[in-house]
Amino acid sequence: MTHAQIAIVGAAETTRMGKVPELSQTGLHADAALNAMADCGLTPADIDGIATGGHDVAEIAQYLGITPTWYDGTSVGGCSFITLVRHAAAAIAQGLCTTVLITHGESGRSNNRAHRPIFPSMQQQEFEAIYGPMVPPSRFTLPVMRKMKDDGLTIEQLAMVAVVQREWAAFHPRATARDPITVDDVLNSKMIAWPFRKLMCCLVSDGGGALILTSAERAKDFPTKPVYLRGLGGESAEGPMISQMADFTSSKAFRVSGKTAFETAGISHADVDHLMIYDAFAHLPVYGLEDLGFVGKGEGGAFIAEGNTRPGGKLPLNTNGGGLSYMHSGMYGMYALQEAVRQMRGISPAQVDGAKLSVVHGVGGMFSAAATVVMTTEDAW
Amino acid sequence: MSERQLPTIYPETQFYWDGAKAGKLLLQSCNACDKIYYPPRPFCPTCGSRDIAVTQASGKGTLHSFVISHLAAPGYEPPFTIAEVMLEEGVKMMTNIVDCPADPESLDLDMPLELTFEQRGDVAVPQFRPAKGGAA
Repeated sequence: MTHAQIAIVGAAETTRMGKVPELSQTGLHADAALNAMADCGLTPADIDGIATGGHDVAEIAQYLGITPTWYDGTSVGGCSFITLVRHAAAAIAQGLCTTVLITHGESGRSNNRAHRPIFPSMQQQEFEAIYGPMVPPSRFTLPVMRKMKDDGLTIEQLAMVAVVQREWAAFHPRATARDPITVDDVLNSKMIAWPFRKLMCCLVSDGGGALILTSAERAKDFPTKPVYLRGLGGESAEGPMISQMADFTSSKAFRVSGKTAFETAGISHADVDHLMIYDAFAHLPVYGLEDLGFVGKGEGGAFIAEGNTRPGGKLPLNTNGGGLSYMHSGMYGMYALQEAVRQMRGISPAQVDGAKLSVVHGVGGMFSAAATVVMTTEDAW
Repeated sequence: MSERQLPTIYPETQFYWDGAKAGKLLLQSCNACDKIYYPPRPFCPTCGSRDIAVTQASGKGTLHSFVISHLAAPGYEPPFTIAEVMLEEGVKMMTNIVDCPADPESLDLDMPLELTFEQRGDVAVPQFRPAKGGAA
């Protein structure tokens, strides 16, 4: 029998989400951090490890009055926070610190739209930006026409990703977009970058979230129900130039990250009760399902369109509504983690009955990086 | 409308832009493992060898993927096409599709493309257009 080593004991989002003009990016980090500490009865004096992405980790430590013995500022985009869960677990296991706070805050809508959470890539600037893909909707989408031709992915299937996720968002009072939509609504929404329409693209929001991790042994003394990490998780990177993605129909970073996470957790796909796949755009859950091995190559679009991931389906996916409907601050990975924690605590507004194991998979940049973690309600397996 | 962006050229990539100015699309190849690669760097990304050579691309390729952007970009009038060309040499690069309407009816995946250049001040930017006469 294997015993869990690490647990998530504190988790919270910012007090408000969506449009929060009264808080700066730093303020959103702090609001989420204070909420997560309150969630599990800690104060800044109890935190000895701190991590964040897309923001100077030292500033967050100073702002919150934390003196860390360990920090991590990995900034690879939206999956940074999933990566940081993995790094924090390793740090705690090695004794580098005992109690890690991971924070995210981003005023993507109100106060900091020009914020660039990843270092600019010199080669991306020199050999891609000159052709005009200035924003994610005209860059992250570049591989999709190839996938449609090679793998038979259809525009209706992509529209169904948005339709199904809106069904999940309807359960969540905090979701930004909750009204039902149809395939026709998606395909008639404003053209953004052919073949992508507005409802196939993520929201632009303000918000934040924070997590607190400690050893599984200490977790039992906390007031919250521990959510345990199973295995070591996974991460990988292919790089910021989407034009140089080796295969436009499959993400190498997704495949490597997912494989490591599944192997070290010792799980099969049938063990997964709940799944979060970062969806900045409608094609990402399709790539994610295929590259993590839940379905065969080219089967992801049909799997979603047939209803397998919708409420009542056999594989509940993106049960908060995702970046398409819940919120998307710019680096959405934290919100995927938060929903998985809620599911493992049994308190999600869209609770999956009896869910005991959740996989969270995220993308960083535009198919640039990836990270995966496995959470469970069980302290041994 | 502001001007189209110019590349920031580094010592390692000067040869590429010098080549473009002379009407050539320059790739690199590895003398150790024979692989052709792009974008430029002074070593082989497959085997790490510094024993590399500059090689001129034929300028022929096919349309590997594209989006038609309806979003603002400096110096571009939306909608415009952002595309990926698969070069005959087996490497991919980003490009626009010029001399062609930004319309899905005019853009078939795997259609043959050919090299051309767009002058931006002193810099010649490699671009692709539908191949004249069909076959790549």
